Amino acid sequence: MAPSSSAKVNDIPVVKERASSPWRDAWRNFSKNKVAIMGLVIVVFFILLAILAPVIMPYDYAKTNLLDRLQGPSAEHWLGTDDFGRDILSRIIYGARISLWVGFSCVIGSVIVGCTLGILAGYYGKWVDIVISRIFDILLAFPSILLAIAIVAILGPDLQNALIAIAVINVPNFGRLIRSKVLSVKEEEYITAAKSVGMNDFRILFRHILPNSMTPIIVQGTLAIATAIIEVAALSFLGLGAQSPDVDWGKMLADSKQYLVQAPWTMIFPGLAIMLTVLGFNLMGDGLRDALDPKMKQ
Amino acid sequence: MSDSYSNPVLDIKGLRTSFYTDDGEIPAVDHIDIQIHKGEILGIVGESGCGKSVTSLSVMGLIPSPPGRIIGGNILFNGENLLDASEKRMRSIRGNEIAMIFQEPMTSLNPLFKIGNQLIEALRTHRKWSHATYKERAIEMLNLVGLPRAEELLHAYPHQLSGGMRQRVMIAMAMICDPKLLIADEPTTALDVTIQKQILRLMRKLNETMETSIMLITHDLGVVAEVCDRIAVMYAGKIVEQSDAKTIFADPKHPYTKGLLASVPDIRSKTNRLFSIPGNVPKPGSIKRGCRFAERCQYAMDHCFEQDPDLYSFNNGKHQVRCFLYEKEGESAHESTITSS
Repeated sequence: MAPSSSAKVNDIPVVKERASSPWRDAWRNFSKNKVAIMGLVIVVFFILLAILAPVIMPYDYAKTNLLDRLQGPSAEHWLGTDDFGRDILSRIIYGARISLWVGFSCVIGSVIVGCTLGILAGYYGKWVDIVISRIFDILLAFPSILLAIAIVAILGPDLQNALIAIAVINVPNFGRLIRSKVLSVKEEEYITAAKSVGMNDFRILFRHILPNSMTPIIVQGTLAIATAIIEVAALSFLGLGAQSPDVDWGKMLADSKQYLVQAPWTMIFPGLAIMLTVLGFNLMGDGLRDALDPKMKQ
Repeated sequence: MSDSYSNPVLDIKGLRTSFYTDDGEIPAVDHIDIQIHKGEILGIVGESGCGKSVTSLSVMGLIPSPPGRIIGGNILFNGENLLDASEKRMRSIRGNEIAMIFQEPMTSLNPLFKIGNQLIEALRTHRKWSHATYKERAIEMLNLVGLPRAEELLHAYPHQLSGGMRQRVMIAMAMICDPKLLIADEPTTALDVTIQKQILRLMRKLNETMETSIMLITHDLGVVAEVCDRIAVMYAGKIVEQSDAKTIFADPKHPYTKGLLASVPDIRSKTNRLFSIPGNVPKPGSIKRGCRFAERCQYAMDHCFEQDPDLYSFNNGKHQVRCFLYEKEGESAHESTITSS
């Protein structure tokens, strides 16, 4: 139907670039931030390391060679060898697999569980909110690493259980974050508008409220990967995480603690790997926070 | 009472909606009777906080609860009592048979999704069609509300549009399922005057071409004068005067309506100060007895403070006033239902 003359608009649509979606805007802001890009580069570097591990490992990470034990960095073993003569570089590369995988999957797990609980608590309020929020409070009342140790102690010490433990202790952080965000988003007019169109709760929750509540979760999630890597390293250090012959950076630290003076490289390099990865995620997270904050837009 | 008016699209009878707070019950809407007929535009006028928006949300079944609750009355939509309808039934009515547009076009669209997505989503909630048909209908609606280059617009994000364009999109979204009743809650308040006029004309046009009844909520008398067939004036949760638009402007009876009309600046008169009704809108629930306007009314009599006036009707019930001044003149509308022209 042709618009009548009276109904024609004066303003012509200002669709400058079709590419201007909110996510693209965020990326543009992010890419301007040099420090954040540095973080991204570090993270991508370690991810590539983890993915390509079998190809680029110079030696078998588990192969012992007692003749070469505790040797310093050399042309043959760039980062030296440990007390069983295993190549530290290979172990770090392989350890990246486990550490990163654990970091990512913990956070994904706790984001899914935390967001689902948090969004229900925030949207429905009343007793749903009371029950879920109290569960969060209880989880937060424990010192997190102590709770993780307790969970692993119950489930038995292995990597998968360490992962579950770390995921559980992170659930309330995400849950609370998204709950508070949902509390404000659900009062937005476009939510009332969505209701007035006749959408059901499921649609409103997951198509309208969730995407609009995601930004703090993305930021917190990135930062939480860093924390999760440290937490898993801590559990492994305590002997509650990766078990031989598997290796992760925390376990490498644990194995090296007797040789701290004799062969400091057995500790320094895994420590550096942890530090760099965590730094990378933190820089990236900070950059994301700035990029996704609408107040920062010029 | 003519035949075409015997079955109103929307028939609100004695609606009471209250909010329960720490200070006790606050009646936001108190015994309201409104009828809207097919193809009619009813304007509900009143100051902020008089219960206009609560009335519209009550019809949609979207009163935030807690603290709000509908505690009495009936809302008959084509004869079906919406207050008895299940949530599922209400969802199938919302957007499909009764649609709503809001005051703030800037915030009523989801900022993360393209216009096309949102239009089609509204449609998909109620119609099971193919994607191509959805898209066709979306483009048709955008054209209908006077937005050029509709195809391109489907791929635009809300922040790329101006306020007037967004309100047109909102109207397109509300009308996309061809509803029988459109509730417009201050649709032009956030827009500048030129765009206001265009939007009002658009609504009038849609009302004529699609035969949609419209409940237009506003505080702006200019807006109702422009488009409404009939006007209900609300004050502190009650309807104080109801009549056809011409009569309200030509022969206002209730002192509040007179005050409202007197406070509209007139371009022809040279007054320095604009007239304003003395006092403030009473806090809902603060007046327990008597006429709610009595404190601000220059004609107030003793018994105005004691007793709440009935609706008195003139012209066979076509004009109704809730004021003791007309106790003798008008006939009490207490028994008869409200009719209108």
